[in-house]
Amino acid sequence: MTPSNPNILAGSALSNLSSPNPHRLPSSVALADEHLLVAAAKAGDAAAFEELVNRYERKIFRLTMNITGNAEDAEDAMQDAFLKSYTHLENFHGDSRFYTWLVRIAANEALMRLRKRRPNQISLDEPIEGEDDLMPREIQDWDPTPEQRYAQSEMKGILNEVIQQLEPDYRIVFVLRDVEELSTEETAQSLGISIPAVKSRLLRARLKLRQKLNRYFRKGEPN
Amino acid sequence: MKCKSVIRELSNYLDGDLDGVLKLDLERHLQHCEDCSMVVDQTKRTVEIFCGSEPLELPTDVRSRLHQALHKKIAQRPN
Repeated sequence: MTPSNPNILAGSALSNLSSPNPHRLPSSVALADEHLLVAAAKAGDAAAFEELVNRYERKIFRLTMNITGNAEDAEDAMQDAFLKSYTHLENFHGDSRFYTWLVRIAANEALMRLRKRRPNQISLDEPIEGEDDLMPREIQDWDPTPEQRYAQSEMKGILNEVIQQLEPDYRIVFVLRDVEELSTEETAQSLGISIPAVKSRLLRARLKLRQKLNRYFRKGEPN
Repeated sequence: MKCKSVIRELSNYLDGDLDGVLKLDLERHLQHCEDCSMVVDQTKRTVEIFCGSEPLELPTDVRSRLHQALHKKIAQRPN
């Protein structure tokens, strides 16, 4: 691993990400020095770019795994996303966070591979169905701290399992909005769909995931 | 406000995108509807759990191939 440049990283404090969503947890995605690393990488400092890779490789792999559900495709998509972002770094003008730009590239790489594997299952541009199917079922009280029932690795397994059970077009929107914390507009732009389509799929994804988690989190459920 | 409208507006409510009147209507409904209240709370927690989840460790071989490919790409870049 290339050692970090201490001058570049000196100001490494968590930035205040202004999430409009009151329920959101603080994000650790962007650090205050990200723009310095990007500027140095653009100026030809390969070590600065490698620091960006070190910083985001786990998150980008999680993203490509979440979208493709396949380790081989996820690795290819992650690798191509980093290589493309390096090649096209000149095209990044700082209109968004570098991480957001990287997420868009990685999401597209992952989506391309998912479409190859499941050509008839990705219907992002299809009309949204009616509202009749929205009403939640299985409404039961949850434990106040259901997460504590499970060991960390067990919990990761549960989250991975339930997210992979979502239909791909719901899953992708949920991953970009609620895991990677892109805005509704950024998600719509990344996927080439309308804002109402993002909102509709996000609502359905959230409701479906709540329902799927119900069996793990409801009161009295044995561990 | 009816249960169906609460569910339709649930995402907007959680994201803080509801205007004042609609938000008040929804919150008034939640005060007396236990089912909707549970769904709203559990959906909020669902989002928080995923949002705060730590990424998996990158397998060593996957990381090694990524950095090899990166070094190759860096070496090809004209100065």
